Amino acid sequence: MTRNRLTRGAGIVAPPMLFSVLVVLAWHGVVTLFDIRPYLLPGPMDVLHAVSVHLPTLIGAAALTAQAALAGFLLSFFVGFLVAVLFSQSRLAERSLYPYAIFLQTVPIVAIAPLIVLWIGHGLAGVVAVSFIISLFPIIANTTAGLTSVDTELLDLFALNEASRWQVLIKLRVPHAVPAMLTGARISCGLSVIGAIVGEFFAGYGTQDFGLGYLIILTNAQTKTPYLFASVLFSTGLGLIFFSAVAALSSKTLDRWGGRDVN
Amino acid sequence: MTADPTSGAHVYATAVHKRFADGTVAVDNLDVEVSPGQFVALVGPSGCGKSTFLRLVAGLTGISAGTLTVDGMPPHEARASQRRLAYVLQDPTLLRWRRVRDNVALPLELRHMPRNDIQVRVNDALELVGLQDVGDMFPRQLSGGMRMRVSIARALVAEPSLLLLDEPFAALDEITRQRLNDELLELWRQRRFTCLFVTHSVQEATYLSQRVLVMGPRPTRVTAEHGVAFDEPRSATLRTDLAFVRLVAGVSRDLSQAMEERPAE
Repeated sequence: MTRNRLTRGAGIVAPPMLFSVLVVLAWHGVVTLFDIRPYLLPGPMDVLHAVSVHLPTLIGAAALTAQAALAGFLLSFFVGFLVAVLFSQSRLAERSLYPYAIFLQTVPIVAIAPLIVLWIGHGLAGVVAVSFIISLFPIIANTTAGLTSVDTELLDLFALNEASRWQVLIKLRVPHAVPAMLTGARISCGLSVIGAIVGEFFAGYGTQDFGLGYLIILTNAQTKTPYLFASVLFSTGLGLIFFSAVAALSSKTLDRWGGRDVN
Repeated sequence: MTADPTSGAHVYATAVHKRFADGTVAVDNLDVEVSPGQFVALVGPSGCGKSTFLRLVAGLTGISAGTLTVDGMPPHEARASQRRLAYVLQDPTLLRWRRVRDNVALPLELRHMPRNDIQVRVNDALELVGLQDVGDMFPRQLSGGMRMRVSIARALVAEPSLLLLDEPFAALDEITRQRLNDELLELWRQRRFTCLFVTHSVQEATYLSQRVLVMGPRPTRVTAEHGVAFDEPRSATLRTDLAFVRLVAGVSRDLSQAMEERPAE
């Protein structure tokens, strides 16, 4: 059985791995064949070199970005949950505020990020704020849907036992919303990394400590393109780590919650 | 109105009328009286308003006209008092994030019973339906018949004086269904709660109840009634008894008549 699972795992992992190897080879081929200057398009070896040279800086920047993204994500999860509870308890609140929640989703974050940084200030706080704003909506939307999509039969059951509004919320709506909340979290965690990087475009930090976003702007301005590629690579990796961590956590939570949706 | 808490509830409906907000009349001029501890089956065409009647008795929706009382009180008041009321649907409506034991505990939990008392009552209820070994499982790990047993245990854990069942066994296979019929009868004999049982099956209605009420199409009212007086306790051999078969035929005849009957516009 273990072997079976291993072969199946290999079947899932092998094709994308093979594909990435092909892409890197093609990339290398194009760069050498057409003799493209590294500041325009660095080859894989140039990027690898940049990574090895700047590894401590890249890791430090990634750690700082991760910190801001994590704070933004946790804050959005907490605030989004409270807003969703408010929406589930008051139709009036939902109707009057939901359009503005959608605004969070549609506003071009790159356009308002400088404003937010201007108001909140440079440094971590501004970056967290941008990350928070971009990751808030999926939490609100999914959690509200989960809290309000409870079967009427179950509501009847609670009514039959004279359950209070509070009991319906705590013992029925919130546990029922757990899978939807986790779906929202999986979407938001990726966004929170993007938000942190966009925030760092504008918030900067000092010369000693800076995140990946600042590094991207800096290396771009100095046309250190291999270094820029390395920064982008680390940003992507950070997003991937965030997503995998939340996905694993949510899968564990779902198992404990009582099983995945089968219906 | 202080009824004996150990006996079944008294249900009294006269000239009950129910019109929904969209104008459909589900129940019209319905008269039903059920004495304490009686087992009454309601049969009728689907969508005729039988379920609406149960929801009215449960106080989940209000009547539009007429009188409907449970132990002399309006249903929602009876529900809030010590005279407990339980409802079993075709769908077991279990909370899938709770283990079997915690599902059964729910009604007591909602009524703020102390934790230790809940545990004792839940164990009793699980034993009653033969599920003492699966208390720590999740609903998804159980078969349809076992899930229905959990639903019944949850209904009985609060020791209701009135049990409403809306086609509880309709989704189960015939063998499971007959076994659950016998189990329900045994529970009723022990506890003597009042029982209102809605079903599509004339066989099932006749086998279980002391009275079968045949209901007409929407807006529904009682079009025929049959007393069912067989020796207690009933058992599977009754199903092949000639008198039983005759009675089933009689109820079926009334039912098909009721289905043809077009209510006056």
